[in-house]
Parts: sequence; structure tokens; C-alpha cells
Amino acid sequence: MREIVVISGKGGTGKTSLTAAFAHLAENKVICDLDVDAPDLHLLLAPGPLRTEQFFSGHEAIINPDLCTGCGICASMCRYEAIAPVSLADRNVCQVVPTRCEGCSVCVAFCPEQAIAFPSRHCGTWYHSDTRFGPMIHAQLFPGQENSGLLVSRLKKEARNLAQAQNLDLILCDGAPGIGCPVIASLSQTDLAVVVTEPTPSGVHDLERVTGLCDHFRTKVAVIINKYDLNPEHTARIDALCAQKGYALLAHLPHDEQVTQAMVQRQAVTEGPDSALTTGVRQAWHTITQFLG
Amino acid sequence: MIIAVASGKGGTGKTTVTASLAVTWPQPVLAVDLDVEEPNLHLFLQPEILTTEPVTLEVPEVNEDLCTYCRKCAELCQFKAISVMGQVIMTFPEMCHGCGGCMAICPEHAITPGARELGVMEVGLSRGHIHCLTGRLRIGEAMSPPLMRHVRSHMRAQSAQHGYDVLVDAPPGVSCPAMTAVADADVIVLVTEPTPFGFHDFALAWEAFAPYAKPMGVVINRAGLGDTRVYDFCAQHNLPVLTEIPYRRDIAEHYSHGRILAERDDQMRQQFTALGQSIRQMAQEADHA
Repeated sequence: MREIVVISGKGGTGKTSLTAAFAHLAENKVICDLDVDAPDLHLLLAPGPLRTEQFFSGHEAIINPDLCTGCGICASMCRYEAIAPVSLADRNVCQVVPTRCEGCSVCVAFCPEQAIAFPSRHCGTWYHSDTRFGPMIHAQLFPGQENSGLLVSRLKKEARNLAQAQNLDLILCDGAPGIGCPVIASLSQTDLAVVVTEPTPSGVHDLERVTGLCDHFRTKVAVIINKYDLNPEHTARIDALCAQKGYALLAHLPHDEQVTQAMVQRQAVTEGPDSALTTGVRQAWHTITQFLG
Repeated sequence: MIIAVASGKGGTGKTTVTASLAVTWPQPVLAVDLDVEEPNLHLFLQPEILTTEPVTLEVPEVNEDLCTYCRKCAELCQFKAISVMGQVIMTFPEMCHGCGGCMAICPEHAITPGARELGVMEVGLSRGHIHCLTGRLRIGEAMSPPLMRHVRSHMRAQSAQHGYDVLVDAPPGVSCPAMTAVADADVIVLVTEPTPFGFHDFALAWEAFAPYAKPMGVVINRAGLGDTRVYDFCAQHNLPVLTEIPYRRDIAEHYSHGRILAERDDQMRQQFTALGQSIRQMAQEADHA
């Protein structure tokens, strides 16, 4: 079984549009959206959920105002500024700001009144769905939850189980922007990171950081330059970077409104009319399949 | 006054808007990049870097001579950063969230603060009058919130001390880092594009930030592309569309050279000056309400 994750560092370079096209072109695969914070792949693939599961991770502190004496020990020990005093009718008590609580349990352990409950935290929902391109695993984290990578790891595990059960040999993942925990989690056991960039200062800067991360974890990198014709100088810089670092350069894709038009029609760009863009995408996919062997 | 420029979806133009506001904002102003995983604001403002300060997280270091292997630390730790097996105690500093619980609970005072490098904070100056603050996560470091906390506390102190208005370039998304970046703000500016992805993530961001009950306004980038649902949503939810940036190839090329949109021509400069005025007016109206 092979695993590919499409990432970019910088957001908005075309990860999801390309993943959708690859999902159209690939055979025998499980599609997986690992951007659990702001997922978009479902907008193109219109998944119909077969199974819906709640995702719980970690805990959150909740102070019982009836037991709280307002001593403030919890607030003074909390390193996340997650506890603030509030006034009740007759006295002051402490209250947890849920979006700031890290679930560390320090307040729970040190409350002299044992007034702090510590239930599991309901962080989001994940789905096993069916799409016109095959099975899909995806999720939605609730707003403000810690994007810890645990949900990403869970989705990857579910995708592997599904691939094994249905005898599929590829897991195709749309990744998250950035270089933090969710991206690190998405690289685990990945055979190839397809990095989508654009020839702009931000695109190049973020490419260098995200490929640095891939090198750090010894994940193989292949690069696609999207909108390559916007700025030939930066495109040349990216070409040179790939040559120097030994990253495979999969394609130079032109800046084309066809990507947005396909998005508006809820299609992968390769489902529409042939163009220089779609030819480039097909060639890139062909090269990826050769890489994976 | 703190203004957070946020988006939901990445790549909609947060940094373009933040940089353009910074160069047209009345002095003194502090431009802060809280997208610590992929900070880009400095690529446009190109500040002269005055100081670079390493930022660390307090992680446990165990003095085994004092440890009695009572396991209290391991039982407290929610992040599997410290574990005791028989007469062996091990720490996993990369798992640590820096809560300090193990140090506080150890009856033998056997745990002392060590440090994990999270990244750096850079202080700089652009164009002689735009103060700049950037958090830059170390490559391989998983946790951005503690670095963001450090940058935010520096930001609040600077703003209070010097009376700076603050422009925050927020990370994308609506999870903890993005929410943290907008939590300090007096006004939230949501940057979106009228595409299905842009609209979907914009609606997520609105849903996430609305409970803060802060004044929110919208900048529509790449106007003319896609469909009209962002406009319909704004009308339905009484969200003011503060300005629109047209979808034009020459604007994309200008950006691709690392140039600031407000410095492109007089019309753009006036447009972002007016955007700044609308934002300040929103803050004042909220103050008086």
C-alpha cells in the first residue's frame, strides 16, 4: 500500500484542486482529507456519508461554581491564562475559558475544593463516505479546537484500515497548510509528499520551510509549480531549488481560470475540457504513479 | 486598537491586506505576523531586523538523585511527556505542553525547568516607521500556540507602552491558533475570495468568530472570480463588505514580485487608506455602543 500527501506550506496554492484531479485520475484508492480545520475537498467530491463518528481527544476543565470558593489557586497556576474570575450574585468564582484550556489537568490536581471536573473533549466529527471517485475518509474539527494532529493520525489509520479491507493499494491525502502538528502528523508513513507551490515570494519561502520539514522527517518530495507563468524569475528559483535538493519537479501548470470554473461546477479540473493545464495535471499524475512503482 | 486580519482559507490575501494597511495606517503602527508556521508579512514589509530572540518552552528536567519514582508527575501529565517504569523515569520533551504540572506536583522537588526551542521572535522596523513583530516556528516543532502566546504578550506590552495600533496577520483556519490570534482584536477583518472554497471557509470563520461579538468586516479579494454566494451571505448576516480587490492578472503579477498592493498606484493607496478609515470607524462605533 502506498500513501501520498499533497501539501504546500502556503495556503491557496491549489492543493485541493489538484488532489481532486488526482482522485479523478487514480485507481484503487482511498481519498482522505487531512485538512480537518478548513476542509474543502468534499466541496468537489460531494461525499455521501456511510458512517459518521464523533472524535474525542484529551479533556477540558470545568469548574463547578457551587464548589468554587474563588481562591484563585487554579488561575495562578494555569500557564494558558485560561481561568478568569467571574462575579456571581453573591461572590466571585473562577471560570475556565474553553478556547484557551489546554487540558493539562494542573487546575484539577491543585484545586483544594476538588471543584474542577475534567470530562473528555468532543473535538469534531469524522466520516467514511462514498464519492464518484471511490471511498473517502474526512472530518471536521469544531471551531476553536486544538488542531493537534491526533485527528489527522486517526483519519490516516481509518484510511489504511479501509484500504486493507477493500483491497485498495493507494491512499491519496489532501494535507493542511503550514508546517505544524497537523502537517507533521500527515507525513507519518507517507511515501511521497507532493508539494504544490507558486512563483511568489510567499510561495518560495513557504516551500523552503515545508520541504525542510519533509527532509527533517525523511519524506520524499516532488514539486508542482502552479501558476508558473505569473513570475518566470521565481519559477526559475524553484526549478533551481528542486535541482539542488534532488526533489522531482512534476509539472509547471499555467495560471488558468479553468480551476475556479471547475470549482464552481463542483468538478475536478480534469473532468472538464482538455487544456494545457489538464494535460500538465495528467502528466504529473503519470509521473507520480511511476515514482510509486 | 488591535485589528486582526483573518480568513479561514489560506491564500486569500491576508498578508496583502495586512501589508497594505500597514503602509497606509497613521503612525505609530505595529504589524504582527502571528502565522508562525509560515510567516510571510516580512517578505512584503521587508523590515530591518533589530533583534532576534529565541523563544523556548519550559519542559521538565529530572534530577534522578532526588526522584523516588512515586509516579505523581506521570499520573498528572496529560501529554505522555514524562513516564515512570519501575526505577526508571523518562521525559519526552517534544510531547510537553509546558503546563508546569510535573514541577509543581513533585514532592521531592526533583523536577526543574529545562527548555525546548520553539522558534524565534524577530523585532524589526520597516520604512522607518512601521514596527514589525514576527514569530517564526522552528522547522520540526509541532506546537505553534506557545510561540504565539509569547509574541502576543510582547505585542500587548508594546502596544500598551507606546500606544501603537496593532495590525495582526493571523494564521489560516478556525482552530486554536486562528482563534487565539483574533481573541485580542478590537476589530476582525475577514479576507475571502468569491469561490466555493473561499466561501465555505469564510462561513466557517464567521461561525467561529461570531461568538466573540467583535465588530467584523469583510474584504473580498479576486472580486469577479467565482460566484456571488459570499455577497449573499454578507447581506444576510449584516456583514459590511469594506472593500473589494478586483481579480486581475496584473495584480497577481504585482504580488508575485513581493510588492505591496497599496503602493502599486494612487488608486490602490486611496483604497487602502479608506479601508483603514472604515476599520477605525467600526472600532469607534463599537466603543460607543
